Amino acid sequence: MELKPGSRWRSAVCNAEAVVVRPAKGDVSLECGGHPMTPLTAPKAEGLTLSPEHSGGVAVGKRYFDEETGLEVLASKPGTGSLALNGRPLKLREAKALPSSD
Amino acid sequence: MHTSVLLEMATEVFPDRLALGPRQGGLCFSDLGARARAGGAWLKAKGGDAVVFIGVNGTALPLALFGAATAGKPFAPINYRLSDADLRKLLARTAPSVAIVDEDMLARVEGVEGVTLVPRGAFEAACADPTNHAGEGETPEDGIAVLLFTSGTTGDPKVAVLRHHHLTSYVISSVEFMGSDEEEAALISVPPYHIAGISAILTGIYGGRRLVYLPAFTPEAWVDAATAENVTHAMVVPTMLGRVLDILEKRGTNLPNLRALSYGGGPMPHPVIERALKMLPHVDFVNAYGLTETSSTIAVLGPEDHRIAIASDDPAVRRRLSSVGQPLPTLELEIRGPHGEVLPPGRSGEVYVRGDQVAGEYLHRKAIQDDGWFATNDGGWLDEHGYLYVEGRLDDVIVRGGENMSPGEIEEVLREHPGVADVAVLGLPDVQWGEKVAAVIVAAGEKPSIAELAELVKSKLRSTKTPETWEFRDALPYNETGKLLRRVLKAELSKPA
Repeated sequence: MELKPGSRWRSAVCNAEAVVVRPAKGDVSLECGGHPMTPLTAPKAEGLTLSPEHSGGVAVGKRYFDEETGLEVLASKPGTGSLALNGRPLKLREAKALPSSD
Repeated sequence: MHTSVLLEMATEVFPDRLALGPRQGGLCFSDLGARARAGGAWLKAKGGDAVVFIGVNGTALPLALFGAATAGKPFAPINYRLSDADLRKLLARTAPSVAIVDEDMLARVEGVEGVTLVPRGAFEAACADPTNHAGEGETPEDGIAVLLFTSGTTGDPKVAVLRHHHLTSYVISSVEFMGSDEEEAALISVPPYHIAGISAILTGIYGGRRLVYLPAFTPEAWVDAATAENVTHAMVVPTMLGRVLDILEKRGTNLPNLRALSYGGGPMPHPVIERALKMLPHVDFVNAYGLTETSSTIAVLGPEDHRIAIASDDPAVRRRLSSVGQPLPTLELEIRGPHGEVLPPGRSGEVYVRGDQVAGEYLHRKAIQDDGWFATNDGGWLDEHGYLYVEGRLDDVIVRGGENMSPGEIEEVLREHPGVADVAVLGLPDVQWGEKVAAVIVAAGEKPSIAELAELVKSKLRSTKTPETWEFRDALPYNETGKLLRRVLKAELSKPA
């Protein structure tokens, strides 16, 4: 799948949704709960179940990344599955809180 | 990522939290989301390539910003304080467009070709009308989110282009999603056509902080609104802060609900920030430095930095109050010399910046380098701890007999004198040297002696940097975002007597 910046994806097995913030290099599969995510505008996949190995959960408003490909996504909706790229779990981007400046 | 996703997320997670307006009668997030979508559908049906906003601050502004976003059109707020001729000139550059205009300003902009005028009240009514449906659709393309006319302190305004991904990158990397508590409220008094006015909306919404608008700034109205609305956060420009402190002193209040006050837009005089820190010890002060072209803030001097600096006897630490703090961890910042070489700490040059939030683009012209670096046209230097000192626009640099000097450096020295309330340093044409250094002083009380001021500059810097022309004024010309209008002073002082 092509993970263009700004493209939106949803989990096939839970309520999670994600937006691509930084694209990934190469041929990749963005997954949630052990299954490929589908474009937000495509119909939701049916009959799939959450894989226990990928059930760590997705927290809304958190950023997740993959070091190898440079992919970074923002979780725009929470879910029970966890995010992965080609089966490799994405890591949570720990952001240092900045003082409010606006 | 598209800016409309920011509002969509907030709406989804905290639908009932107050998002906009007063504690009584304000809009909650789900209302704001519904109204922005309705307004967007209405704007889309009006045609045009851009949505213009000409009006004072208020709830219509975030509705128009997000409405334009959902309609898939760039949002272009214009400075209504311009002369009618200039205002119309800028408006004409947005055609074909739809312009949301305050009712009392409509007559000023009528008849500009290719521009459909919409009274502000009609737009607000359309937002509140649920029959305006956009229908479920795809998120619009990740194109231009905002067009901002730069202030043009050095010439004709340029149109800065900020794409959705620049703005959202800034927001999601610098603000914790819904990280504000329910009591938090931000008072917005920076103008709608300024980058700070745009970023305040986006970061406020994403952080879950209620936005309270001041239609136009007066220090009295600011203190009234801050008190009545239990305001916890605000951003001011340096000229506003001193005036706010005067009112607080007069009224004998210190705004106990206020938690954080950020400032930026120009150099903050030392005496003002020191007074603020003393008068408001419970408040976190943040100095933010940024440019339109960088989607707002790129460096911050945080609350701890302020407290440490004010309590320190070490001049190098205390001096940090004149810095803009350290660059955001999400971007790179370098100081470069005239040949593009990266300069070590302590050396003054041009500030360069690179990062996802850096747009560096004007309409029809890319100003960013292929490797992503953007030359800010600001002079500055970093100290060995990474604190950035901004010396002002490079266009303002005075070249006297081949020697470059920054007005900011000389102004900073003069501001230390207790008899100086405000100061502007600039270059004036000079037959012998090309340019000579001139200082315009606003005295704090009795006029300080010129000999004493000259001696101060000579002792701290060197004699070539000592102003040769001195003038005293009651006030200096600033634009409403706190930028000193050096070219106005220059034009006045260059006139033959």
